[in-house]
Amino acid sequence: MPSLKELKGRINSVKSTQKITKAKQMVAAAKLRRAQAAAEAGRPYATRLAAVMASLAGKVAGDSAPKLLAGTGSDQRHLLVVVNTDKGLCGGLNSNLVKAAKIKAKELIAAGKTVEFYLVGKKGRAPLKREFPTLIGAGFDTSTVKTPGFAEAEAIANELIAMFDAGQFDVAHLVYPTFKSALAQDPTINQLIPVPAPSTAVEADSVVEYEPSEEEILEELLPRYVRTQLFGALLEREASEQGASMTAMDNATRNAGDLISKLTIVYNRQRQAAITTELIEIIAGAEAL
Amino acid sequence: MALHFELVTPAKLVRSEDVHMVVVPGTEGEFGVLEGHAPFMSTIRDGAVQVFATANAAPEIIQVRGGFAEVNEKGLTVLAEHVEG
Repeated sequence: MPSLKELKGRINSVKSTQKITKAKQMVAAAKLRRAQAAAEAGRPYATRLAAVMASLAGKVAGDSAPKLLAGTGSDQRHLLVVVNTDKGLCGGLNSNLVKAAKIKAKELIAAGKTVEFYLVGKKGRAPLKREFPTLIGAGFDTSTVKTPGFAEAEAIANELIAMFDAGQFDVAHLVYPTFKSALAQDPTINQLIPVPAPSTAVEADSVVEYEPSEEEILEELLPRYVRTQLFGALLEREASEQGASMTAMDNATRNAGDLISKLTIVYNRQRQAAITTELIEIIAGAEAL
Repeated sequence: MALHFELVTPAKLVRSEDVHMVVVPGTEGEFGVLEGHAPFMSTIRDGAVQVFATANAAPEIIQVRGGFAEVNEKGLTVLAEHVEG
């Protein structure tokens, strides 16, 4: 049984933990609103770009298609681009991402493919390295900037495209969290390179003039598309991180509250026991006289 | 009727408004878009997009970098990676 003093110390330490989690929760709530707005503001560009891509890719097919669209012709070497957060305190977000990446990697390895990882963000490195010590390739550190923006997405995309052009991999998948709500962030796996051909065949109704030619436009468009995908992933990551953090910290604050009330009851009971013992001693002493 | 003009960057929708004419710096030369322009698609070079709100107004100049322009029956959409100002 801990002494009264120990109990008091315990209660105080849980109280200060609660203060920290509460503060972090409020910060995350405020940041979430901003991150969500940013994610929404980025959508018009992505949808428009996808629409243009679809109409162009339908026209430029076959042998003349650029390498980024057609692929290298094999699908032996896979690259998994895993987008994790840089900071913890966000519940199961990162472990869910890592889990999804691991499952995908094992699936590919079982199918006889070679797998390599490209890690964005700090938090995925350690668990993935433990599981696949030899497969961790390059990575990109986003912790140096406060909020990763388009410049970072551009840098990542350029590096990936350079690796692709150098023939270091055949297929790249992007693993990132999709922000659904503050409670749910689902890990999503998308094929990034080669750019997946649009499934909906676009009707070639209007005669559109192209300047320069369709092929040249498409060639310019594809890297842009990859960049936009990565930018979208970074925005989703930001919103997911804040959402998950808010929920996790809310839970932590509530748990701390429960713990405090339990400890307080134990503390009061012990104090009362001590008082009762003292009283009995005094009464027993008085009676003995 | 006027031309519907949209300027979009990855970060946000910069403009969405009805204007008289827009001059876009295409890779193979500048081109002006009025309403009822034929469907057209072009990459753009770094330069200034000039927006004419009315026929006689002085152009409003927006610097853009990297992107492309699309004209369809709905209007003109400029997708740019960076917009200054």
